[in-house]
Amino acid sequence: MTESDVDQRIRALIEPFNKKGVTIVDETTFANDLEFDSLTVMDFVAEIEDEFDIIISMNQQAEIETYGQLVSAVHKLQDS
Amino acid sequence: MTDIATKSTDRMDTPTNDLFSKFDGLIQTRETLLATGVEDPFNLVMEKVLSPTRAICNGRDTILLGTYNYMGMTFDPDVLDAGKDALERYGSGTTGSRVLNGTYQGHKECEDALREFYGMDHAMVFSTGYQANLGIISTIAGKGDYIILDIDSHASIYDGCAMGKAEVVPFKHNDIEAMEKRLRRLPPEAGKFVILEGVYSMLVDVAPLTEMIAIAKKYGAMVLVDEAHSMGFIGENGRGVAEEQGVIDDVDFIIGSFSKSVGTVGGFCVSNHPKFDILRLVCRPYVFTASLPPSVVATAATSIRKLQHGANKRAHLWENSKRLHSGLTDLGFSLGTDEPQSAIVAVIMPDLERGAMMWEALLKEGLYVNLARPPATPAGMTLLRCSLCAEHSSEEVEAILQMFDRAGKAVGII
Repeated sequence: MTESDVDQRIRALIEPFNKKGVTIVDETTFANDLEFDSLTVMDFVAEIEDEFDIIISMNQQAEIETYGQLVSAVHKLQDS
Repeated sequence: MTDIATKSTDRMDTPTNDLFSKFDGLIQTRETLLATGVEDPFNLVMEKVLSPTRAICNGRDTILLGTYNYMGMTFDPDVLDAGKDALERYGSGTTGSRVLNGTYQGHKECEDALREFYGMDHAMVFSTGYQANLGIISTIAGKGDYIILDIDSHASIYDGCAMGKAEVVPFKHNDIEAMEKRLRRLPPEAGKFVILEGVYSMLVDVAPLTEMIAIAKKYGAMVLVDEAHSMGFIGENGRGVAEEQGVIDDVDFIIGSFSKSVGTVGGFCVSNHPKFDILRLVCRPYVFTASLPPSVVATAATSIRKLQHGANKRAHLWENSKRLHSGLTDLGFSLGTDEPQSAIVAVIMPDLERGAMMWEALLKEGLYVNLARPPATPAGMTLLRCSLCAEHSSEEVEAILQMFDRAGKAVGII
Protein backbone atom coordinates (compact mmCIF):
# COMPACT_ATOMS: atom_id res chain seq x y z
CA MET A 1 0.00 0.00 0.00
CA THR A 2 1.38 3.44 -0.90
CA GLU A 3 1.55 6.31 1.52
CA SER A 4 -1.25 8.05 -0.36
CA ASP A 5 -3.51 4.95 -0.02
CA VAL A 6 -2.80 5.02 3.72
CA ASP A 7 -3.58 8.74 3.77
CA GLN A 8 -6.93 8.19 2.04
CA ARG A 9 -8.04 5.44 4.39
CA ILE A 10 -7.05 7.38 7.52
CA ARG A 11 -8.85 10.45 6.18
CA ALA A 12 -12.04 8.39 5.96
CA LEU A 13 -11.53 7.01 9.47
CA ILE A 14 -10.91 10.41 11.04
CA GLU A 15 -14.11 11.92 9.64
CA PRO A 16 -16.47 10.96 12.52
CA PHE A 17 -13.87 12.11 15.08
CA ASN A 18 -13.38 15.50 13.41
CA LYS A 19 -16.41 17.05 15.11
CA LYS A 20 -15.47 20.65 14.32
CA GLY A 21 -14.81 19.97 10.64
CA VAL A 22 -11.18 21.11 10.83
CA THR A 23 -9.40 21.08 7.45
CA ILE A 24 -6.78 18.37 7.78
CA VAL A 25 -3.26 18.93 6.48
CA ASP A 26 -0.02 17.15 7.40
CA GLU A 27 0.72 19.73 10.11
CA THR A 28 -2.69 19.37 11.82
CA THR A 29 -2.13 18.39 15.47
CA PHE A 30 -4.39 15.95 17.31
CA ALA A 31 -4.16 17.62 20.71
CA ASN A 32 -4.51 21.27 19.72
CA ASP A 33 -6.15 21.54 16.28
CA LEU A 34 -8.47 18.54 16.56
CA GLU A 35 -8.83 18.78 20.36
CA PHE A 36 -8.73 15.01 20.83
CA ASP A 37 -8.93 13.98 24.48
CA SER A 38 -7.43 10.73 25.72
CA LEU A 39 -10.68 8.79 25.16
CA THR A 40 -10.99 9.97 21.57
CA VAL A 41 -7.36 9.07 20.96
CA MET A 42 -8.01 5.55 22.28
CA ASP A 43 -11.05 4.99 20.04
CA PHE A 44 -9.36 6.52 16.99
CA VAL A 45 -6.17 4.48 17.45
CA ALA A 46 -8.22 1.29 17.89
CA GLU A 47 -9.98 1.95 14.56
CA ILE A 48 -6.71 2.50 12.75
CA GLU A 49 -5.21 -0.63 14.30
CA ASP A 50 -8.17 -2.71 13.13
CA GLU A 51 -8.25 -1.16 9.65
CA PHE A 52 -4.57 -1.85 8.97
CA ASP A 53 -4.19 -4.90 11.25
CA ILE A 54 -1.30 -3.28 13.13
CA ILE A 55 -0.37 -2.27 16.68
CA ILE A 56 0.47 1.34 17.56
CA SER A 57 1.90 1.05 21.08
CA MET A 58 1.51 3.90 23.57
CA ASN A 59 5.25 4.51 23.23
CA GLN A 60 4.78 5.06 19.47
CA GLN A 61 1.65 7.16 20.03
CA ALA A 62 3.66 9.50 22.23
CA GLU A 63 5.89 10.33 19.25
CA ILE A 64 2.96 11.13 16.94
CA GLU A 65 1.68 14.68 17.24
CA THR A 66 0.52 15.57 13.73
CA TYR A 67 -1.61 13.98 11.04
CA GLY A 68 1.39 13.69 8.70
CA GLN A 69 3.41 11.84 11.33
CA LEU A 70 0.53 9.41 11.81
CA VAL A 71 0.21 8.62 8.10
CA SER A 72 3.91 8.02 7.77
CA ALA A 73 4.06 5.87 10.96
CA VAL A 74 1.10 3.72 9.82
CA HIS A 75 2.65 3.35 6.36
CA LYS A 76 5.85 2.05 7.90
CA LEU A 77 4.03 -0.25 10.34
CA GLN A 78 1.85 -1.95 7.76
CA ASP A 79 4.84 -2.55 5.50
CA SER A 80 6.84 -4.26 8.21
CA MET B 1 34.78 41.60 43.64
CA THR B 2 32.93 44.00 41.37
CA ASP B 3 32.83 41.41 38.62
CA ILE B 4 31.28 38.82 40.87
CA ALA B 5 28.67 41.30 42.09
CA THR B 6 27.71 42.20 38.52
CA LYS B 7 27.45 38.60 37.49
CA SER B 8 25.24 37.72 40.39
CA THR B 9 22.94 40.68 39.63
CA ASP B 10 22.77 39.59 35.98
CA ARG B 11 21.74 36.15 37.01
CA MET B 12 19.00 37.48 39.28
CA ASP B 13 17.66 39.60 36.42
CA THR B 14 17.08 36.57 34.18
CA PRO B 15 13.33 35.93 34.34
CA THR B 16 12.52 32.60 35.93
CA ASN B 17 10.79 30.13 33.66
CA ASP B 18 8.13 29.04 36.14
CA LEU B 19 7.91 25.26 35.93
CA PHE B 20 4.60 25.43 37.79
CA SER B 21 2.76 27.09 34.89
CA LYS B 22 1.85 23.63 33.61
CA PHE B 23 -0.51 23.32 36.62
CA ASP B 24 -2.39 26.56 35.90
CA GLY B 25 -5.40 24.80 34.37
CA LEU B 26 -5.82 22.58 37.41
CA ILE B 27 -5.30 25.48 39.84
CA GLN B 28 -8.05 27.38 38.01
CA THR B 29 -10.48 24.42 38.09
CA ARG B 30 -9.89 24.03 41.80
CA GLU B 31 -10.33 27.73 42.58
CA THR B 32 -13.56 27.85 40.55
CA LEU B 33 -14.91 24.88 42.47
CA LEU B 34 -13.99 26.27 45.90
CA ALA B 35 -15.37 29.71 44.96
CA THR B 36 -18.85 28.13 44.95
CA GLY B 37 -18.37 27.79 48.72
CA VAL B 38 -18.24 23.97 48.99
CA GLU B 39 -16.00 22.31 51.56
CA ASP B 40 -12.79 21.15 49.89
CA PRO B 41 -13.41 17.48 48.99
CA PHE B 42 -9.66 16.81 48.83
CA ASN B 43 -8.75 18.38 52.15
CA LEU B 44 -10.86 16.53 54.70
CA VAL B 45 -9.38 15.95 58.14
CA MET B 46 -10.45 13.13 60.42
CA GLU B 47 -9.87 14.54 63.90
CA LYS B 48 -10.80 11.30 65.66
CA VAL B 49 -11.36 7.77 64.40
CA LEU B 50 -13.93 6.01 66.55
CA SER B 51 -14.13 2.63 64.77
CA PRO B 52 -13.70 1.15 61.26
CA THR B 53 -17.01 2.78 60.33
CA ARG B 54 -17.15 6.07 62.30
CA ALA B 55 -14.96 9.14 62.71
CA ILE B 56 -15.13 12.82 63.61
CA CYS B 57 -14.59 14.52 60.22
CA ASN B 58 -14.30 18.32 59.97
CA GLY B 59 -15.90 18.43 63.45
CA ARG B 60 -18.87 16.13 62.68
CA ASP B 61 -19.69 12.59 63.82
CA THR B 62 -19.59 10.78 60.48
CA ILE B 63 -20.33 7.32 59.09
CA LEU B 64 -17.36 6.25 56.96
CA LEU B 65 -18.40 4.96 53.54
CA GLY B 66 -15.28 5.97 51.67
CA THR B 67 -12.45 3.90 53.10
CA TYR B 68 -11.02 0.64 51.75
CA ASN B 69 -11.44 -0.93 55.16
CA TYR B 70 -13.67 -3.62 53.62
CA MET B 71 -13.23 -6.21 56.35
CA GLY B 72 -13.04 -3.74 59.24
CA MET B 73 -9.69 -5.07 60.50
CA THR B 74 -8.21 -1.71 61.62
CA PHE B 75 -9.49 -2.02 65.19
CA ASP B 76 -9.47 -5.81 65.50
CA PRO B 77 -8.14 -6.52 69.03
CA ASP B 78 -5.77 -9.32 67.91
CA VAL B 79 -4.37 -7.12 65.15
CA LEU B 80 -3.82 -4.21 67.54
CA ASP B 81 -2.15 -6.47 70.13
CA ALA B 82 0.24 -7.88 67.50
CA GLY B 83 1.19 -4.36 66.44
CA LYS B 84 1.76 -3.11 70.00
CA ASP B 85 3.83 -6.17 70.85
CA ALA B 86 6.05 -5.77 67.77
CA LEU B 87 6.45 -2.06 68.44
CA GLU B 88 7.68 -2.85 71.97
CA ARG B 89 9.93 -5.71 70.98
CA TYR B 90 11.39 -4.58 67.65
CA GLY B 91 11.13 -0.77 67.80
CA SER B 92 9.44 1.84 65.65
CA GLY B 93 11.21 1.19 62.34
CA THR B 94 13.86 -0.83 60.53
CA THR B 95 15.79 2.12 59.02
CA GLY B 96 16.92 -0.04 56.14
CA SER B 97 16.29 -1.90 52.90
CA ARG B 98 14.92 -5.43 52.86
CA VAL B 99 18.20 -6.62 51.30
CA LEU B 100 20.39 -5.00 53.97
CA ASN B 101 19.29 -4.50 57.58
CA GLY B 102 15.54 -4.28 56.92
CA THR B 103 14.38 -7.90 57.04
CA TYR B 104 13.17 -8.82 60.53
CA GLN B 105 11.46 -11.97 61.74
CA GLY B 106 8.14 -10.14 61.21
CA HIS B 107 8.77 -9.61 57.49
CA LYS B 108 9.43 -13.33 57.02
CA GLU B 109 6.29 -14.20 59.02
CA CYS B 110 4.23 -11.81 56.97
CA GLU B 111 5.45 -13.45 53.75
CA ASP B 112 4.69 -16.89 55.26
CA ALA B 113 1.14 -15.73 56.01
CA LEU B 114 0.73 -14.58 52.40
CA ARG B 115 2.05 -17.84 50.96
CA GLU B 116 -0.44 -19.76 53.08
CA PHE B 117 -3.31 -17.39 52.33
CA TYR B 118 -2.83 -17.79 48.56
CA GLY B 119 -1.46 -21.34 48.58
CA MET B 120 1.54 -20.20 46.51
CA ASP B 121 5.27 -20.94 46.70
CA HIS B 122 6.62 -17.39 46.94
CA ALA B 123 5.66 -14.07 48.46
CA MET B 124 7.45 -10.74 48.44
CA VAL B 125 6.37 -7.80 50.61
CA PHE B 126 6.82 -4.21 49.38
CA SER B 127 6.48 -0.99 51.34
CA THR B 128 3.28 0.00 49.46
CA GLY B 129 0.92 -1.54 46.90
CA TYR B 130 1.99 1.16 44.45
CA GLN B 131 5.60 0.02 44.77
CA ALA B 132 4.60 -3.63 44.29
CA ASN B 133 3.16 -2.83 40.85
CA LEU B 134 5.94 -0.42 40.04
CA GLY B 135 8.62 -2.94 40.98
CA ILE B 136 7.21 -6.17 39.59
CA ILE B 137 6.06 -4.73 36.25
CA SER B 138 9.18 -2.63 35.54
CA THR B 139 11.50 -5.50 36.45
CA ILE B 140 9.74 -8.28 34.54
CA ALA B 141 8.91 -6.41 31.32
CA GLY B 142 11.81 -4.44 29.87
CA LYS B 143 12.83 -2.87 26.58
CA GLY B 144 11.64 -4.96 23.63
CA ASP B 145 8.95 -6.80 25.63
CA TYR B 146 5.24 -6.07 25.20
CA ILE B 147 2.77 -5.25 27.95
CA ILE B 148 -0.86 -5.77 27.00
CA LEU B 149 -3.17 -4.07 29.50
CA ASP B 150 -6.69 -2.82 30.08
CA ILE B 151 -6.95 0.91 29.29
CA ASP B 152 -8.56 1.55 32.72
CA SER B 153 -5.58 0.13 34.65
CA HIS B 154 -4.47 1.81 37.88
CA ALA B 155 -1.82 4.57 37.82
CA SER B 156 0.70 2.29 39.57
CA ILE B 157 0.45 -0.17 36.65
CA TYR B 158 1.04 2.54 34.04
CA ASP B 159 3.95 3.93 36.06
CA GLY B 160 5.49 0.46 36.27
CA CYS B 161 5.18 0.15 32.48
CA ALA B 162 6.84 3.52 31.91
CA MET B 163 9.69 2.70 34.28
CA GLY B 164 10.43 -0.61 32.54
CA LYS B 165 10.43 0.84 29.01
CA ALA B 166 8.46 -2.06 27.50
CA GLU B 167 6.12 -1.40 24.57
CA VAL B 168 2.69 -0.70 26.07
CA VAL B 169 -0.38 -1.90 24.19
CA PRO B 170 -3.70 -0.97 25.81
CA PHE B 171 -7.05 -2.49 24.90
CA LYS B 172 -10.62 -1.28 25.52
CA HIS B 173 -11.84 -1.87 29.07
CA ASN B 174 -12.86 -5.49 29.72
CA ASP B 175 -13.08 -6.16 25.95
CA ILE B 176 -11.99 -9.76 25.33
CA GLU B 177 -11.98 -9.45 21.54
CA ALA B 178 -9.93 -6.22 21.56
CA MET B 179 -7.39 -7.93 23.80
CA GLU B 180 -7.09 -11.00 21.55
CA LYS B 181 -6.72 -8.90 18.39
CA ARG B 182 -3.74 -7.12 19.91
CA LEU B 183 -2.05 -10.28 21.13
CA ARG B 184 -2.49 -11.84 17.69
CA ARG B 185 -0.74 -8.91 15.99
CA LEU B 186 2.37 -9.06 18.15
CA PRO B 187 5.51 -10.85 16.98
CA PRO B 188 5.20 -14.51 18.12
CA GLU B 189 8.75 -14.56 19.51
CA ALA B 190 8.39 -11.37 21.61
CA GLY B 191 8.08 -11.46 25.41
CA LYS B 192 4.47 -10.73 26.36
CA PHE B 193 3.04 -9.69 29.71
CA VAL B 194 -0.73 -9.37 30.16
CA ILE B 195 -1.80 -7.18 33.09
CA LEU B 196 -5.35 -7.32 34.42
CA GLU B 197 -7.18 -6.26 37.56
CA GLY B 198 -9.70 -8.42 39.41
CA VAL B 199 -11.91 -5.48 40.36
CA TYR B 200 -11.39 -2.15 38.59
CA SER B 201 -11.50 0.40 41.34
CA MET B 202 -13.39 3.24 39.70
CA LEU B 203 -16.52 1.75 38.12
CA VAL B 204 -15.89 -1.28 40.35
CA ASP B 205 -16.64 -3.86 37.71
CA VAL B 206 -15.02 -7.30 37.59
CA ALA B 207 -12.81 -8.58 34.75
CA PRO B 208 -13.74 -11.66 32.68
CA LEU B 209 -10.54 -13.36 33.86
CA THR B 210 -11.51 -16.88 32.72
CA GLU B 211 -11.67 -15.88 29.07
CA MET B 212 -8.85 -13.34 29.17
CA ILE B 213 -6.34 -15.60 30.90
CA ALA B 214 -7.11 -18.46 28.49
CA ILE B 215 -6.39 -16.14 25.56
CA ALA B 216 -3.21 -14.79 27.15
CA LYS B 217 -1.93 -18.35 27.61
CA LYS B 218 -2.84 -19.25 24.02
CA TYR B 219 -0.45 -16.51 22.84
CA GLY B 220 2.31 -17.48 25.25
CA ALA B 221 1.97 -14.48 27.56
CA MET B 222 2.66 -14.33 31.30
CA VAL B 223 -0.25 -12.99 33.33
CA LEU B 224 -0.38 -10.62 36.29
CA VAL B 225 -3.64 -9.91 38.12
CA ASP B 226 -3.93 -7.02 40.55
CA GLU B 227 -6.39 -8.17 43.23
CA ALA B 228 -6.01 -5.13 45.52
CA HIS B 229 -9.76 -4.49 45.70
CA SER B 230 -10.90 -8.10 45.97
CA MET B 231 -8.55 -9.65 48.54
CA GLY B 232 -10.32 -10.74 51.69
CA PHE B 233 -13.89 -11.01 50.46
CA ILE B 234 -14.13 -12.27 46.85
CA GLY B 235 -13.58 -15.99 46.30
CA GLU B 236 -14.16 -18.86 48.70
CA ASN B 237 -10.96 -18.14 50.64
CA GLY B 238 -10.90 -14.43 49.90
CA ARG B 239 -8.09 -14.81 47.36
CA GLY B 240 -9.88 -12.66 44.81
CA VAL B 241 -11.63 -12.73 41.46
CA ALA B 242 -9.21 -15.27 39.93
CA GLU B 243 -10.15 -17.70 42.71
CA GLU B 244 -13.86 -17.05 42.30
CA GLN B 245 -13.65 -17.66 38.54
CA GLY B 246 -11.57 -20.81 39.08
CA VAL B 247 -8.47 -19.65 37.20
CA ILE B 248 -6.06 -18.76 40.00
CA ASP B 249 -3.70 -21.62 39.01
CA ASP B 250 -3.16 -19.99 35.61
CA VAL B 251 -2.15 -16.62 37.07
CA ASP B 252 1.63 -16.12 37.13
CA PHE B 253 1.66 -13.18 39.55
CA ILE B 254 -0.92 -11.78 41.94
CA ILE B 255 -0.39 -8.25 43.22
CA GLY B 256 -2.14 -7.02 46.33
CA SER B 257 -2.16 -4.43 49.04
CA PHE B 258 -2.31 -4.30 52.85
CA SER B 259 -4.06 -0.93 52.76
CA LYS B 260 -7.47 -2.34 51.94
CA SER B 261 -8.98 -5.46 53.56
CA VAL B 262 -5.80 -6.13 55.55
CA GLY B 263 -6.17 -2.73 57.19
CA THR B 264 -2.63 -1.33 57.35
CA VAL B 265 -0.16 -0.30 54.63
CA GLY B 266 2.14 -2.26 52.29
CA GLY B 267 2.01 -4.25 49.09
CA PHE B 268 2.94 -7.71 47.88
CA CYS B 269 3.35 -10.10 45.01
CA VAL B 270 2.74 -13.87 45.25
CA SER B 271 3.77 -16.37 42.59
CA ASN B 272 4.67 -19.97 41.84
CA HIS B 273 7.43 -19.02 39.40
CA PRO B 274 10.50 -21.14 40.32
CA LYS B 275 12.91 -18.22 39.83
CA PHE B 276 10.74 -15.70 41.68
CA ASP B 277 13.18 -14.98 44.51
CA ILE B 278 15.77 -13.44 42.18
CA LEU B 279 13.46 -10.40 42.07
CA ARG B 280 14.65 -9.52 45.58
CA LEU B 281 18.01 -8.56 44.09
CA VAL B 282 16.94 -6.88 40.86
CA CYS B 283 13.70 -5.10 41.69
CA ARG B 284 14.62 -1.49 42.41
CA PRO B 285 11.44 -0.34 44.23
CA TYR B 286 12.05 -3.29 46.59
CA VAL B 287 15.78 -2.73 47.08
CA PHE B 288 16.08 1.05 47.22
CA THR B 289 13.59 1.88 49.94
CA ALA B 290 13.20 1.18 53.65
CA SER B 291 11.21 -1.89 54.65
CA LEU B 292 7.91 -1.65 56.52
CA PRO B 293 8.06 -0.99 60.28
CA PRO B 294 7.86 -4.12 62.50
CA SER B 295 4.46 -3.11 63.90
CA VAL B 296 3.04 -2.84 60.37
CA VAL B 297 4.15 -6.29 59.22
CA ALA B 298 2.96 -7.78 62.54
CA THR B 299 -0.53 -6.27 62.13
CA ALA B 300 -0.58 -7.36 58.47
CA ALA B 301 0.39 -10.97 59.24
CA THR B 302 -2.21 -11.25 62.02
CA SER B 303 -4.91 -9.69 59.87
CA ILE B 304 -4.14 -11.95 56.86
CA ARG B 305 -4.40 -15.06 59.05
CA LYS B 306 -7.75 -13.86 60.44
CA LEU B 307 -9.04 -13.07 56.94
CA GLN B 308 -8.53 -16.73 56.02
CA HIS B 309 -11.36 -17.53 58.42
CA GLY B 310 -13.55 -14.54 57.66
CA ALA B 311 -16.42 -16.32 55.87
CA ASN B 312 -19.14 -14.81 58.10
CA LYS B 313 -17.79 -11.31 57.68
CA ARG B 314 -17.59 -11.84 53.92
CA ALA B 315 -21.23 -12.88 53.84
CA HIS B 316 -22.35 -9.79 55.79
CA LEU B 317 -20.26 -7.51 53.55
CA TRP B 318 -22.01 -8.93 50.47
CA GLU B 319 -25.42 -8.37 52.11
CA ASN B 320 -24.44 -4.73 52.72
CA SER B 321 -23.22 -4.29 49.17
CA LYS B 322 -26.41 -5.76 47.68
CA ARG B 323 -28.68 -3.67 49.92
CA LEU B 324 -26.86 -0.40 49.18
CA HIS B 325 -26.82 -1.15 45.46
CA SER B 326 -30.52 -1.95 45.22
CA GLY B 327 -31.49 0.91 47.57
CA LEU B 328 -29.57 3.52 45.56
CA THR B 329 -30.98 2.14 42.29
CA ASP B 330 -34.52 2.41 43.70
CA LEU B 331 -33.86 6.02 44.75
CA GLY B 332 -33.03 6.81 41.12
CA PHE B 333 -29.25 7.14 41.23
CA SER B 334 -27.17 6.01 38.29
CA LEU B 335 -24.56 3.41 39.31
CA GLY B 336 -21.32 2.16 37.73
CA THR B 337 -22.54 -1.44 37.45
CA ASP B 338 -26.06 -2.91 37.02
CA GLU B 339 -25.36 -5.57 39.62
CA PRO B 340 -23.26 -5.28 42.78
CA GLN B 341 -19.89 -6.86 41.87
CA SER B 342 -17.73 -5.86 44.84
CA ALA B 343 -17.75 -4.00 48.15
CA ILE B 344 -17.73 -0.63 46.38
CA VAL B 345 -20.74 1.01 44.78
CA ALA B 346 -19.88 3.82 42.34
CA VAL B 347 -22.57 6.50 42.00
CA ILE B 348 -22.23 8.47 38.75
CA MET B 349 -22.57 12.24 39.14
CA PRO B 350 -23.69 14.51 36.28
CA ASP B 351 -20.57 16.73 36.57
CA LEU B 352 -17.80 17.78 38.96
CA GLU B 353 -19.69 20.75 40.38
CA ARG B 354 -22.82 18.81 41.31
CA GLY B 355 -20.64 15.91 42.41
CA ALA B 356 -18.89 18.22 44.86
CA MET B 357 -22.23 19.65 46.03
CA MET B 358 -23.59 16.15 46.61
CA TRP B 359 -20.39 15.15 48.41
CA GLU B 360 -20.74 18.16 50.72
CA ALA B 361 -24.46 17.58 51.31
CA LEU B 362 -23.69 14.00 52.36
CA LEU B 363 -20.88 15.16 54.64
CA LYS B 364 -23.30 17.55 56.35
CA GLU B 365 -25.71 14.63 56.76
CA GLY B 366 -22.87 12.81 58.53
CA LEU B 367 -21.66 10.53 55.73
CA TYR B 368 -18.21 10.38 54.17
CA VAL B 369 -17.84 9.00 50.64
CA ASN B 370 -14.98 9.35 48.11
CA LEU B 371 -15.31 11.98 45.43
CA ALA B 372 -13.39 10.68 42.41
CA ARG B 373 -12.69 12.81 39.36
CA PRO B 374 -10.50 12.67 36.24
CA PRO B 375 -7.76 11.64 35.67
CA ALA B 376 -8.42 8.90 38.26
CA THR B 377 -11.79 8.11 36.66
CA PRO B 378 -12.47 6.77 33.15
CA ALA B 379 -14.37 8.70 30.48
CA GLY B 380 -14.06 12.05 32.29
CA MET B 381 -16.63 10.95 34.88
CA THR B 382 -17.21 12.31 38.36
CA LEU B 383 -18.07 9.53 40.80
CA LEU B 384 -19.09 9.18 44.42
CA ARG B 385 -17.51 5.93 45.48
CA CYS B 386 -19.12 4.21 48.42
CA SER B 387 -17.02 1.45 49.94
CA LEU B 388 -18.78 -0.79 52.39
CA CYS B 389 -17.31 -2.43 55.43
CA ALA B 390 -18.18 -5.76 57.01
CA GLU B 391 -18.61 -3.78 60.25
CA HIS B 392 -21.40 -1.56 58.87
CA SER B 393 -24.60 -2.75 60.56
CA SER B 394 -27.74 -3.31 58.50
CA GLU B 395 -29.25 -0.30 60.34
CA GLU B 396 -26.32 1.87 59.27
CA VAL B 397 -26.88 0.89 55.64
CA GLU B 398 -30.53 1.97 55.95
CA ALA B 399 -29.43 5.27 57.53
CA ILE B 400 -26.97 5.76 54.65
CA LEU B 401 -29.77 5.30 52.10
CA GLN B 402 -31.90 7.94 53.86
CA MET B 403 -28.98 10.36 53.78
CA PHE B 404 -28.55 9.78 50.03
CA ASP B 405 -32.28 10.36 49.54
CA ARG B 406 -32.26 13.72 51.34
CA ALA B 407 -28.95 14.93 49.88
CA GLY B 408 -29.83 13.82 46.33
CA LYS B 409 -33.15 15.71 46.45
CA ALA B 410 -31.53 18.81 47.98
CA VAL B 411 -28.89 18.94 45.22
CA GLY B 412 -31.43 18.03 42.52
CA ILE B 413 -29.73 14.90 41.25
CA ILE B 414 -32.73 12.60 41.85
